[in-house]
Order: sequence, then C-alpha cells, then structure tokens
Amino acid sequence: MEAGSIKAVFTKSPLLTFGAIVVSIIILLALFAPLIAPYDPAAINVRDILFPPSWQHWCGTDTLGRDVFSRMLFGARVSLAVGFVAVGIALLVGIILGSIAGHYGGRVDAVIMRLTDMVLCFPTFFLILAVIAFLEPSIWNIMIVIGLTSWMGVTRLVRAEFLSLREREFVLAAYSLGLSSFQLIWRYLLPNAIGPILVSAVLGVAGAVLIESGLSFLGLGVQPPDPSWGNMLTEGKDNIQIAWWLSLYPGLAILITVLGYNLLGEGLRDIFDPKTAKR
Amino acid sequence: MTVLKAESLSKNFRRGGLWGGGAALKAVDNVSIDLKEGETLAIVGESGSGKSTTARMVMRLIAADEGSIHLLGKEISHVRGKRLRMLRKHIQMVFQDPFASLNPRMKIVETVGEGLRVHQPKLSKAERRVRVAQTLQQCGMDEEALDRYPHQFSGGQRQRIGIARALIVKPKILVLDEPVSALDVSVQAQILNLLKEIQTQQNLSYLFISHDLSVVQHIADRVLVMFAGRVVEQGTVTDVFESPKHPYTKMLLAARPIDYPHERTGKDEIAEVSEGIADTGCAFRLRCSNVQDDCADFDGLDQSDDPEHSYHCLHPITD
Repeated sequence: MEAGSIKAVFTKSPLLTFGAIVVSIIILLALFAPLIAPYDPAAINVRDILFPPSWQHWCGTDTLGRDVFSRMLFGARVSLAVGFVAVGIALLVGIILGSIAGHYGGRVDAVIMRLTDMVLCFPTFFLILAVIAFLEPSIWNIMIVIGLTSWMGVTRLVRAEFLSLREREFVLAAYSLGLSSFQLIWRYLLPNAIGPILVSAVLGVAGAVLIESGLSFLGLGVQPPDPSWGNMLTEGKDNIQIAWWLSLYPGLAILITVLGYNLLGEGLRDIFDPKTAKR
Repeated sequence: MTVLKAESLSKNFRRGGLWGGGAALKAVDNVSIDLKEGETLAIVGESGSGKSTTARMVMRLIAADEGSIHLLGKEISHVRGKRLRMLRKHIQMVFQDPFASLNPRMKIVETVGEGLRVHQPKLSKAERRVRVAQTLQQCGMDEEALDRYPHQFSGGQRQRIGIARALIVKPKILVLDEPVSALDVSVQAQILNLLKEIQTQQNLSYLFISHDLSVVQHIADRVLVMFAGRVVEQGTVTDVFESPKHPYTKMLLAARPIDYPHERTGKDEIAEVSEGIADTGCAFRLRCSNVQDDCADFDGLDQSDDPEHSYHCLHPITD
C-alpha cells in the first residue's frame, strides 16, 4: 500500500484511527514504563497506605503504600507480553495446521478440522483453568496455555482463505509451473491471506489480555508481588468500600486496552474485507 | 508427431447429498484429444460443456476419473509428486482472466521468472532477470515492466505477461483457456497475432479453449465441438465451418455475429428451441431440429466414415 492510501484509510475510518492511537499509546507506556513510572512499583511505604489519588500519587496508593500508577505501567508490560506471545503461539500453530489442511485437502484436511472442532468444544477458560491448576502459575505457563487453546480460529481462517485462493488463476498458474507445496504456500497463498490473519491476530491480543486478567484475578496468573492488572483488581476487590481507586484504574486500563485492540481489529477488517465493510 | 494424446477422459462432479450420496454430474464423458506438433486444436462449446474441465485434466490441475494422458509419448495420468512437477515444463497454460492470473503481491520479474526458479534453479538472480526481460520482449513488453506490479498494467499487457510466464520454461504445448475473451476486440487481435507469431517461431502446439467461433476460425487448424461433456463433432476448421454435420455445430455457427447481418439468409435464423440437456441418448435431442425417435437410444459413437471429420449424430446435416 502506498503512503497516500494509508492516510486516506485513517481519515475515512475514525474508529481505526482511535484504536491505532490507543494501542500505540499503551505499547509506548509499557515499553518505557521504567522511565515514566514516578515510583518503584515494588517500593513499600507504610506511611502512605491507601492514599486516594492526588498530585503525588495520580492513581493513589495500595494497602502496602505502593504507587498504583507505577504498578499499572508495569502491569501493562505483563498484559501486552502475554497478549503478543500467546497470539504468536496461536498464529504459529494455526497457520501451520490451517495451511496443511487448506493446501492438501482431502483426508488430511478432514483429520485436522475434526481435531479443531474437538478442541473448540472445550470451554476455553475452564480448559485453561484446569491446565494451570496442574502447572505452576507463572507468566510463561499462561502465555503457552493461552496460545495453545486459541489457535482454532486461526486454523479455520487460514484453511478457508486457502480453499478460495486455491481456485484463483494465479495460484493455478504457479501450480502448473511445478512449484513445490512449500513454495506455493509460502510465496502465493500466505501472502495473499495475510490481511484476515492480521485482523484475527489483533482481535486475538484483546482476547488474550482479557484471559490473562481473569487468570491473575483468580490468583492463577501473575503472582504477587509482581504487578498485573488482574492481580491488582484482586487487591482492589478486598478494599472496594474504602479505596475505590484500587479497582477503578486497573479496570479502566483493561477496558481501554481491550477496546483499543478491538477497534483496531475491526478497522483493519473493514479495509481487508470490503464485503463486510458497510452493514 | 503427436505431442499430446488424451484418450477417453471422463470426469464426474458430485453434487448435493449431505452424506456424499448425491447425484453425479458428468462434466466430461469419454473425450479424446490428439494434438500434433505445431498445430492448433480448438475446443469449442457453450458454458458447462466441459471444455475447461478437459483442459484442466490435461494440465493435471484436476484428476481425471478415467482415461489416459500421453505427454510427448509418455503416460502422465498417474505420475505424481516431484516427477510430475518436473514434467510440467512441457505443458503450460494461459488463463482467461488477466486480472486474476497474476499474483498481485509479486513484481513482474518474479512472476515471470517463477518457472526458471523451478526448472533451472542454478541460474543466478541476474541471469534470471535477463531471461525474463528477453521473454517479455518476445511478448511485446519492454524492460520497464520488470519491477512493476500487476495492477500497473492493462488487461492486454497482463495477458502478454501471462503468456511470457508460460513461455519462459520453453514448453512444447500451450493450453490457452479463453485467452482473449476478457479483452477488448482490438486487443484480442493483437494477442491472437502474438500467439500465432510465437507458434511459428517456436513450433508450439496450442490447445485453444474458446466459445468464440470467429476467434477459432482465425487461429485454429482443427476444431473439436463439445456439448454436455461429450464430443459432438471434430474436424479441420474448413470442414467443420463450411459443412457442419452435427445440428449443434450448425446452431453454434448460426449464432455467431456476422459481418453483414442484412445478408443473413432466412434459414440461418436461430430457431426458438427448448432449453435443456437430455439425460439419456443424444444429449442435444431436446433442442435439435433433426430429432427423431431413435435419438433417445443413441450411444454417442462416431457415425462418420472419415477419420478427419467425425460427427456423433444419427441424423447429420446433409448439404
């Protein structure tokens, strides 16, 4: 795409613009958290316990006197890391399985798709809960488990894209030139399916962020004292009647992040799939 | 010398049926092709007559249910994997839609050079580029095209690029699937002339799929008429165009636009005929003007004595 058309896309789609801005800001905040954070997120200060928001502490302090704003910045790193790595794993598994199913078809396709259907039958969140309950709750385990339970959508998507691309004349032409399956997939099918894959990846990040928050909230995710939006909410819930800021700000952070990714994903979908653009 | 020989090709497509038990559609039924070196054989017929399916079976893009395919004297209908991929350089295809037949995400130099990557992997990138430029030039495109993307070209130019992509591996046979039907009439003539020129230079054989009889008359040596998946008539262009034997061929010829419509004689008028394809006997009998009772039991065999001009009809047109 040329520079001019990118500009046109942003002016045409305010939601996409909004989503892109929100997501960029959150990513920048997470990346530069150590520089931006006014306090050490782990520094306990017993004299400043449960301070409401003020100029010294923008989002107040928690039960150990730690600065909530600083903790949220570091929590953003956890959320985004989980989101990206989990989606990365899901994409890897989904693209490989979907490519094989969509390209080879026939019996291979049937086996892979029935496997996908089977995994889809499990309620994802409870599956993750069950797996995490057996493993040690750590950020790496969450990433892997979320990734390994969310590849089914990508698999179906890639397969469907390949099935339609397979009938296109330029793919037939490449096939009749004698390209190997790998070359065909790598040079012809995947590059032309990248739009919908990107959309589902962006939407997938939103889902992964939510799941991570949920797990951490239940104490099965990131373990205190490391901050994550989910485990900050757990603390907030215990003090919700005396310190509303402990729940409100991490909650807002989750809301805005998920909203940002969803808007960005929907905006990208409108660009890549003109059929669903105007409803 | 015969370069491509297909015998008794058949292809059924299943339709409907949730559990796979649906009725089969006979897309191609017992079609044989014999293509000689340097000649152009046209396959004509209406949409759904099975001409494209036949071409795709010969190209091994879809598998034939029955029949054999001999490419340069070698049976290829059961060759698979790498051996099949290596054989593909002998037979190449040019597609109908110039806007769908080039990868939108690849530069022209890569698209056209693709065949060299497969069949001459030892060439360096620079050598490949030179070969691509030469082949494009043969097809009437200059060097500026190399680093552009398909959307920067017109339909006719894209079709030239598609021809170059097929020619670069030096095939013996080109399968042309309606190569000009998506183009403007003026551009059609340029592409047809280019194809003729290349054929003479390289002694290529063309299998030319078309529904446009004027184009066929211009480019083909022999013509094979298909209806409902079967061959109904086959012969030299002169024979078939000047004295069609099968009523369907005659109807096709009468339907084509002519240069001087006011000179059209009464008997050429297209009669209002019922639509439809018969399931048994001669498939054309529901629309045929010569139909008689025995057509319902016709077995579809060749009824001619002349091997050069065959027709599959019990009551052919007599001059």
